[in-house]
Amino acid sequence: MSENNQIDKIIDLAKKMRKSVLEFSLNCSESAHIGGALSIVDIMATLYGNVLSLNFKNPIDRFILSKGHGFLSLLSALHCTGYINKNDAMKFQTNGSELIAHPIMNPKIGIESSNGSLGQGLSYATGLAIAYKKKKKKGSIFVLVGDGECYEGSIWEAAITATETNLENLVLIVDCNGFENDGAINDKMNFNELVSKWKGFGWNTISCDGHNISELLVSLKKRVVNKPTAIIAKTTKGKGVPFMENNNDWHHGRLTQKLFDEAMKSL
Amino acid sequence: MIFNEKESKQWSRMGPRAMFGQFMLDIAEKNNDLMVLSAGLRRSSGLERFKSKHPDKYLDIGISEQNLIGVAAGLAREGYKVFVTSFAPFLSMRASEQIRMNLGYMKHGVNVVALGSGLSMAYLGNSHFGLEDIAIMRSIPNINISSPADCGEMGKILNDYASNSHGPSYIRLTGIPGYPALYEKNYDYKFGKPVTLKSGNDLLILSTGSIVVESLLATKILNKNGINAELMNVHTLKPFSDQIVEKLKLFNQVVTVEEHTIFGGLNSIVAEKIATNCPKTNLFPIALPDAFGPTGTYNYLLDYHGLTGEKIAKKILKIFQEQKFDSD
Repeated sequence: MSENNQIDKIIDLAKKMRKSVLEFSLNCSESAHIGGALSIVDIMATLYGNVLSLNFKNPIDRFILSKGHGFLSLLSALHCTGYINKNDAMKFQTNGSELIAHPIMNPKIGIESSNGSLGQGLSYATGLAIAYKKKKKKGSIFVLVGDGECYEGSIWEAAITATETNLENLVLIVDCNGFENDGAINDKMNFNELVSKWKGFGWNTISCDGHNISELLVSLKKRVVNKPTAIIAKTTKGKGVPFMENNNDWHHGRLTQKLFDEAMKSL
Repeated sequence: MIFNEKESKQWSRMGPRAMFGQFMLDIAEKNNDLMVLSAGLRRSSGLERFKSKHPDKYLDIGISEQNLIGVAAGLAREGYKVFVTSFAPFLSMRASEQIRMNLGYMKHGVNVVALGSGLSMAYLGNSHFGLEDIAIMRSIPNINISSPADCGEMGKILNDYASNSHGPSYIRLTGIPGYPALYEKNYDYKFGKPVTLKSGNDLLILSTGSIVVESLLATKILNKNGINAELMNVHTLKPFSDQIVEKLKLFNQVVTVEEHTIFGGLNSIVAEKIATNCPKTNLFPIALPDAFGPTGTYNYLLDYHGLTGEKIAKKILKIFQEQKFDSD
């Protein structure tokens, strides 16, 4: 497939995923983490539509959503790539469902870990990557964290272990959407600062536009021998829906039918 | 493992931390997928020889206990049999949420070996004491809690977790080098099944950890004073044996002896069982107070808190004399 075709395919997947995010949110009639799900849709579409070699029975690549509240995006990726059917996906945030605001581990359908408590996924991914390396197993471990999540000290504990154990099979993506629950993230933790921090911790650090598929494709495939890779992706919270973009009310917000219709028109 | 009187005495001279490293050496010989992880406490965990003999099965991830648990869970997910070590509060408190998510929630079968629990860190003080770890760990679903009474029992427990799939565990090590062994002869260890060390009919003493030795001494003193106590070593605190619950129904007087705060440990477990199964049974706790106490040698601290055989016996005699236990 030519590069342009690959990119078009991913863009198409991302579009479907955005629609699914909105649909699942509307269907549950509850507040959902829509803004932070939309900021990572293009990253997730590039991963699930192209980069990841998936085999849930005998895993090759693994994806860990450390930023657990981005689950709507993972759910949409698994739905739009055929791993979770519509009936099941529409159970999102309904009573008794295991598809909720944060991932609940279910490897059979591609949910690799339970998350929700921030700052824990990188250690888990590091453990997986060490195991892969010891067993000389093919595949990479991808893990996605939020920029706000990088306040968690355990992130930096794991950052040290990953360099000390020379994990070239570990790829971290930082979703730099510039917001956390309470609003804009302090300038000391902005995109540029995070790039310096990950560089400072000895990671192969790449900065990119988290909505530019071509940049993402290149970044997600780059590796350096004996070094873990950190991709600091500049993103827009609520990306794709104009009234949600950079509007932190949509960190955890509830869609009405009217707002849903307006949002769908813009996609 | 070879278990006899000579070995048992030798192990107790070396103490639980050094013996942990020794037993892991044996386990490594039989287990290709073993991984032992330390958070910057290799020397305190008796793992020096282990590291040099099995460098491929050892990983020091630095002083980062939260990370330790997450990395261990990732390894366990890929099929490794993982043991992690650090001091009791650093694991049970600093990393408790990682234990909750990775071991409790995701059920990864990591074995958490809590060194120097209870008062055994002596002069290192309350920052290093394991006063509340049972309370914290037992409130998290799916975590087994083991509390060996001596080094030999620790060896049996470690071997059992290494060869069976009991699920995640918290293994609480108390005692110091030179502290007496409980068992001089081999015995049948079974996960979850308490060991009756002495039969009796006047009262039931339930005890856990290295302090069981003192409880046994107390039963001998009580015997001389005409009180025939039954003593059980509760080496598995979670799951808690139904066999003990049945025993609770047979006695009017029950005493728990433990090196843990009065809240949430053995006494609380037994109180919960009594409340729902045999509410007329009287329960008397011998435990650490709800306070940060003084520091000193291990033996000084046991004496200060009334946890020596003599003081345990004295307390029990006093409650019998004052008839704090309701008469039959």
